[in-house]
Amino acid sequence: TSVQCDWCVAFPWFGMDIGGTLVKLVYFEPKDITAEEEQEEVENLKSIRRYLTSNIAYGTTGIRDVHLELQDLTLCGRKGNLHFIRFPTHDLPVFLQMGRNKHFSSLHTTLCATGGGAYKFENDFRTMADLQLHKLDELDCLVRGVLYIDSVMSSGPSECYYFENPTDPDHCVQKPYLLENPYPLLLVNIGSGVSILAVYSENNYKRVTGTSLGGGTFLGLCCLLTGCSTFEEALEMASEGESTRVDKLVRDIYGGDYERFGLPGWAVASSFGNMMSKEKRESVSKEDLARATLVTITNNIGSITRMCALNENIERVVFVGNFLRVNTLSMKLLAYAMDYWSKGQLKALFLRHEGYFGAVGALLELLHPS
Amino acid sequence: MCAHYARSVETSPTMAECGRVDSHTMDKSITLPPDEIFRNLENAKRFAIDIGGSLTKLAYYSTVKHKVAKVRSFDHSTKEAASDKLYEISVQEEVTARLHFIKFENAYIETCLDFIKDHLVNTETKVIKATGGGAHKFKVLIERKLGLKVDKEDEMSCLIKGCNFVLKNIPHEAFVYAKHADSEFRFQTTDPDIFPYLLVNIGSGVSIAKVESEDKFERIGGSSIGGGTFWGLGALLTKTKRFDELLQLASKGQHSSVDMLVKDIYGGSYGYLGLTGDLIASSFGKSATADKEFSKEDMAKSLLHMISNDIGQLACLYARLHNLSRVYFGGFFIRGHPLTMHTITYSINFFTKGEVQALFLRHEGYLGAIGAFLKGAEEDNPNQYSWGENYAGSSGLMSVSPDMYPMQRARSGTFDMLEMDRLDRQLVNLPLLQEPSSYIPDTVDLTEDAPAREYWLFCFEDALDGVVKRAVASQPDMPEAAVRAEKFRQKYRHKLQTLRYQPFAYGSLTVRSLLDTREHCLNEFNFPDPYSKIKERENDVALKYYQKVVKSLEELSWEDRQFALVRGVLAGNVFDWGAKARPWLVDSYDQWLERLKGPPHKCALLFVDNSGVDIILGVMPLVRELLSRGTEVVLASNSGPALNDVTNGELQILTERIAAMDPVIQSGLRDDRLTLVQNGSSSPCLDLSRLDKALAMVVRERKTDLVIIEGMGRAIHTNYFATLSCESLKLAVIKNSWLADRLGGKLFSVVFKYEVPAGKPSQEAAVLTP
Repeated sequence: TSVQCDWCVAFPWFGMDIGGTLVKLVYFEPKDITAEEEQEEVENLKSIRRYLTSNIAYGTTGIRDVHLELQDLTLCGRKGNLHFIRFPTHDLPVFLQMGRNKHFSSLHTTLCATGGGAYKFENDFRTMADLQLHKLDELDCLVRGVLYIDSVMSSGPSECYYFENPTDPDHCVQKPYLLENPYPLLLVNIGSGVSILAVYSENNYKRVTGTSLGGGTFLGLCCLLTGCSTFEEALEMASEGESTRVDKLVRDIYGGDYERFGLPGWAVASSFGNMMSKEKRESVSKEDLARATLVTITNNIGSITRMCALNENIERVVFVGNFLRVNTLSMKLLAYAMDYWSKGQLKALFLRHEGYFGAVGALLELLHPS
Repeated sequence: MCAHYARSVETSPTMAECGRVDSHTMDKSITLPPDEIFRNLENAKRFAIDIGGSLTKLAYYSTVKHKVAKVRSFDHSTKEAASDKLYEISVQEEVTARLHFIKFENAYIETCLDFIKDHLVNTETKVIKATGGGAHKFKVLIERKLGLKVDKEDEMSCLIKGCNFVLKNIPHEAFVYAKHADSEFRFQTTDPDIFPYLLVNIGSGVSIAKVESEDKFERIGGSSIGGGTFWGLGALLTKTKRFDELLQLASKGQHSSVDMLVKDIYGGSYGYLGLTGDLIASSFGKSATADKEFSKEDMAKSLLHMISNDIGQLACLYARLHNLSRVYFGGFFIRGHPLTMHTITYSINFFTKGEVQALFLRHEGYLGAIGAFLKGAEEDNPNQYSWGENYAGSSGLMSVSPDMYPMQRARSGTFDMLEMDRLDRQLVNLPLLQEPSSYIPDTVDLTEDAPAREYWLFCFEDALDGVVKRAVASQPDMPEAAVRAEKFRQKYRHKLQTLRYQPFAYGSLTVRSLLDTREHCLNEFNFPDPYSKIKERENDVALKYYQKVVKSLEELSWEDRQFALVRGVLAGNVFDWGAKARPWLVDSYDQWLERLKGPPHKCALLFVDNSGVDIILGVMPLVRELLSRGTEVVLASNSGPALNDVTNGELQILTERIAAMDPVIQSGLRDDRLTLVQNGSSSPCLDLSRLDKALAMVVRERKTDLVIIEGMGRAIHTNYFATLSCESLKLAVIKNSWLADRLGGKLFSVVFKYEVPAGKPSQEAAVLTP
């Protein structure tokens, strides 16, 4: 029953996003392969499919996010599953070596890639794996990916969600959000660094600003301050720490609220401000430091985002990027910050596929060149 | 700076004693040199204190007794008083108000409080206004030591009050910092309308306030990532405790080993977005690893960039949202640190693409103390007065910065001072300035012009002996005058030396500021008017020739007379000026003559220069010619003495004497068509943005349509490029060969600059005249 379109690109279908910290790979696994096709399918292709779909971990650092897999997706007339895979950028040589071993280049496929690494490693792809990259702009891919995933996620768990009662920790719960008419939209992509885009339509967006204080800063500082080495470790520590021992709060200075200027006592007056004192430096734990780092970076992103939203006159903010992966702490902080400081004017939205939109956009570019 | 520093160490014999003393060892046992630090404490009333994390700023109001020279006409009705003297010169004591501000490290606070207690005579004061984060910590100590009640004031509102005060009263208060320019500090001419502006205070956190008027401001935002983050996080990362040391580390580091740059991700630039490869993509992005060591310097540098960029970005977002282009930065993160001023400036330039400039303030460290003081002094209404920075009593920018020329440090330990004199009159703009916001009085900025700076500093140093001699000679009846004159010499020479290494210490360095500093120093040591007797003698001589000169002018044809009058003013300006053949160096005499053939001006404002021949035989004949033409005349002279310039007091007497000989002047005075006003200044130069308010009123009321500025100080060193909204005439003989050379002429070249504002044809009048 499958409708084979002859203009379609030959398998395998990949989209790749090579960031500063992580490589994100999406792979479309066709589930409607006819017997005829199966016979024609070269061994290499089969082996790649089998390798990717039968494992959830690749080497020591590659991971397939099974919970994000999109099943029964129709893409370019083909039905199949979309897989989401990531591995650290510094392991790219291992990946290339694997591609070489599996004779990936013999498939004569175009590999669509975005992110800075598509430029930086273009030469390595050619020399190490004999692969020619089709380089794509990361923000184009990001916007395209976000809008696509949102449009295909009609069944199953909602792609877009928000936090209800963000200012009340006891009743703060995750709720699905229907992003029906998404424009205008502020899209905040938190990877190693942060890019903030104002999206007015599928083809009309601009990069408003960015900040170098992003996920890379959180992890980088955590590694220096606590000796940890992975994002998961850093988050684990942060979840057990108390940032108020590290930060100087408004109430530490004014004894309570700074009423004259409407600043609540719990607000942070100076991030790491208590660490100016030797005694306090000696009394904090690594967990406290990790938590303070997380809070500092997250609040700062929130603050810049809020100012951009005001300057651009946009009320809806969608946060994406791998900094938010398994990072409910930051998401709730962002939800809180958007709501509190805007007096309920701004809504923070999140997407389940967090960091994969660039890679999805790259895949779409392969199938539907714009 | 470093090269200069090294040289000074080698050549100065006193340097061994001046070596930098570690502040930790200078504890409470320090003895304060009272004549330098807490001056005029005996008359002090009203104190305010701003205690920050490491520095204390003390403010007090006091009165200063100092000598002023007064002239008084003899009573000519009684025969016996009619001596050979023209008028009576007397030196009187005058009491003026002065604001003192002192900044010192918190370590000295107890010693200072003890000192104040011991020297405070006037105990009417009951409260001390206090602000700053440390105010509560030292509250008990202050109350116990001084017996004053500590009255706490909100920090932000004090800062803003202080900021308004310095912006209004101190020219060249604000500057742009440009690390790689010829002059790092580019001082801004302050727009007479200082509002609205954004004040970004970077203390331990960041506060951003929008200031709309004297009484209206709003804290529009802030950030928790500030100086405390740099300090706290920096201390954790580098195990370095002190803020200054952290900055030192940062100055030596390479952030690119810690930060992930765009080129680390892209291999080059991100061309599509125009992001260059060196841009930081992720601060500390490269330190996300457990198995690599990073140097303290590199981490400190990366941290500094991260924080500066973040603050700059937020400041820009707020500036854009509120549509503000003036953004001032302050707080301990900025205070006197070229490194942070540079990184903040860089960030602002980056985020606004040059549309907004980061502005810094010379007296930023004093804002809180000034504001707290003003809050306590509201009943004295200090804002109704104009105040002027006293160059003699103020330390200048960067006086205590560790990297700077160490002389000043040695002199006063780590004490920095600002003194401001209350001026008798309120100062305002000349209403006839074409563009008040872009008016720059001075012709040459010696801060940026190194050869000119060298020359003039040498000149002033060279002339010092003569000035000292003159000062001593002016007070023959006072035997201690020689001692005072010697102190004056020390002080002024020290100022000149400071300016050699820190030309930016008091704003833009100019010939005017050098002259003014000298006047301030002379006043400081009670030489209020070294030229008083010389001026009197010269006035006396000139008066004897007045009628003869007027008579010979009357005999000339109209056209010859006009030229003779101009020559008279020019010749009076310098004795040795011979008959200089025209054309002069700058020569628009023909246009001026054509203009004179037209209808008379409504009112001419004349800024006069020297006593003696200049005023009596040069200016007065021109005045009577103008009066005869039907033009009203306003004569603006100095309020206080400066060199041999005629003062308003002297001019009153001289004019009366002339009126007694000359019916034209007499009727002019009687009919109020000739008015004498003071210009509000005691400078040999002229700042048209700081003139007596009464003068401005007269100018406006009389619909002044001609401004005449004469003499080198007022028409060449200053105002040479000033553009006015009415006709103007600038006349001078260049009495300095270096300057003549600079302007492309020879010694005693003549400048005759007649200007008509664009759009106002001067010839229309000429056409109408038969």
